[in-house]
Amino acid sequence: MHLDPILLLVQGLNGVQLGVMLFLMASGLTLIFGVMNLLNLAHGSMYMMGAYLAASLQQRTGSFLLALVLALPATFLIGMIIEAVAMRRLYDRDHLDQVLVTFGFILCFNELVCILWGPQALFMALPDGLSGYVILLPGVIYPSYRLMIIGSGLLVAVLLYLLVMKTRLGMLIRAGASHREMVGSLGVNIKLLYTLLFGIGSALAGLAGMLAGPILSIESGMGDPVLILALVVIVIGGLGSIRGALLASIMVGVADTFGRILLPPALASMVIYLLMAAILFWRPKGLFSANG
Amino acid sequence: MDNFRHFDLRSAALFLLLAVLAVIPLFGDIFYTRLMTRIMIYAMAALSLDLILGYGGMVSLGHAAFLGVGAYTVGILSLWGVQSAFLSWPLAMLVSMLMALVIGAISLRVSGVSFIMITLAFAQMLYYCFISLKGYGGSDGMTLPVRSSLAGLLDISRHGSFYYLVLCILLLIFFAAHRLVHSRFGMVVQGIRDNERRMLALGFPAFRYKLVCFVLAAGVAGLAGALMANQNLYVGPALMHWKQSAEILVMVILGGMRSLAGPVLGAMALLIAEEALSSYTEHWMIILGPLLVIVVLFGRKGIYGMLKRSR
Repeated sequence: MHLDPILLLVQGLNGVQLGVMLFLMASGLTLIFGVMNLLNLAHGSMYMMGAYLAASLQQRTGSFLLALVLALPATFLIGMIIEAVAMRRLYDRDHLDQVLVTFGFILCFNELVCILWGPQALFMALPDGLSGYVILLPGVIYPSYRLMIIGSGLLVAVLLYLLVMKTRLGMLIRAGASHREMVGSLGVNIKLLYTLLFGIGSALAGLAGMLAGPILSIESGMGDPVLILALVVIVIGGLGSIRGALLASIMVGVADTFGRILLPPALASMVIYLLMAAILFWRPKGLFSANG
Repeated sequence: MDNFRHFDLRSAALFLLLAVLAVIPLFGDIFYTRLMTRIMIYAMAALSLDLILGYGGMVSLGHAAFLGVGAYTVGILSLWGVQSAFLSWPLAMLVSMLMALVIGAISLRVSGVSFIMITLAFAQMLYYCFISLKGYGGSDGMTLPVRSSLAGLLDISRHGSFYYLVLCILLLIFFAAHRLVHSRFGMVVQGIRDNERRMLALGFPAFRYKLVCFVLAAGVAGLAGALMANQNLYVGPALMHWKQSAEILVMVILGGMRSLAGPVLGAMALLIAEEALSSYTEHWMIILGPLLVIVVLFGRKGIYGMLKRSR
């Protein structure tokens, strides 16, 4: 096949868009892991819940934005409830127990959406005003919704950076990550802090699901493939590092997209895993390791 | 007398189990024979996972990959016209072990939670790879025309004789694994699990021991996969899906890890529970999921561990 530069540019943007979605997933995952040392496989379920909630709220209200505004606190709340019910018992357990419990939650949520919304896939309409195309350069058009995803993902990245590095809450989160007991004995309600943080992580995953809703089919188990990509991302980026997650998400998104247009299918499906293997071969701790 | 003293609840349960297993095809429906065959094959897979999980301390979330590789080896050979079990089954083990050698050599460079994620990622890689291999059925998988032939020694196209073959192989693997974990090799691997730095200081090359353990377990899983292909007369990518890996992990934990009987009991308990729940409601996962959460949060020792306590 011939490679014309316009195609490369459009595919490059598609890669960045996938990367941004992955970043929304991976940042919550890596934040929860970095601070609470918790491997949360149910993160993909929050993505799925976000998509389902947004889809049914959009149907009721007729507005994408309103659906987003209502669904976001809902996923935040679901995350906090899960943390309070089960996850907080897992911080001192080994990772194997965390895998098993969160796997149990995946089974629950996958079945729950089947019961609540039925087994057939849901579809979301593109929001009004974002269903068209944007002319980037003469002869280069790109869907405006996808451009919006890129924009909002980068916005979240900036907000997350400000939250963690510049606010009091972020300071407590960083302090709690390195010296849990010490922060607790200074009078900070560390339990509440962790619950809040888990809620934030869930809301991030939920947001990714809501944004993906109009471009994917919404079905039970839709979170699982994204979860695994997000795990690959945080392994490449370095566990616990948000900066690493951002870089690695874009890398994985672009590598996957170009793999699919340039390579035979069997090899294309392996590209990101080979990328992961190569990076781990040279840097077993990932690109940026938060915990040394 | 000495033997008599050791006759506790655990051995009683195991002997009873063995006795039941020995007579199942003689009584009852063919359905139960097939169900128990499936359970015994999963028991092999769970047992092999326990070798790396319980004894080696390596939490692999990609064990089903080796099950799938073994099954696909048999399936692809059958497509090429090779039906002999004496050729395809050992080859299934060999291919799984080679795959484990590559995956293990990369994944064992890291430990803990990264190891969990990387084994998961590699298993998904193989899953997607086989989905895109349209020549071998793609996402639909492929059906096998007949079960493997054992050169006229035994006709395993009958469910009963296949059942007894699987039972014999399971017993063989059980005793081989028993010898392995009590051998010098097994002791070293357990030592590395408990304190890798100390074992390194004693001069044991921990990486190589762990890798060999990983590869051996993959070989057993490959054999289980070969049997699975014969049981279902079908191989498909779903066999290596990560949920399959997680399910095998659940079997080990449910039965009790760091024992050989535990994974067998766990496979039995989980698959029978699934069978019973799914006949009761189509949404059986909504019961199994919370059950799993509760078992892990509050009952750590597994079935086999509880048998010991209540002696």
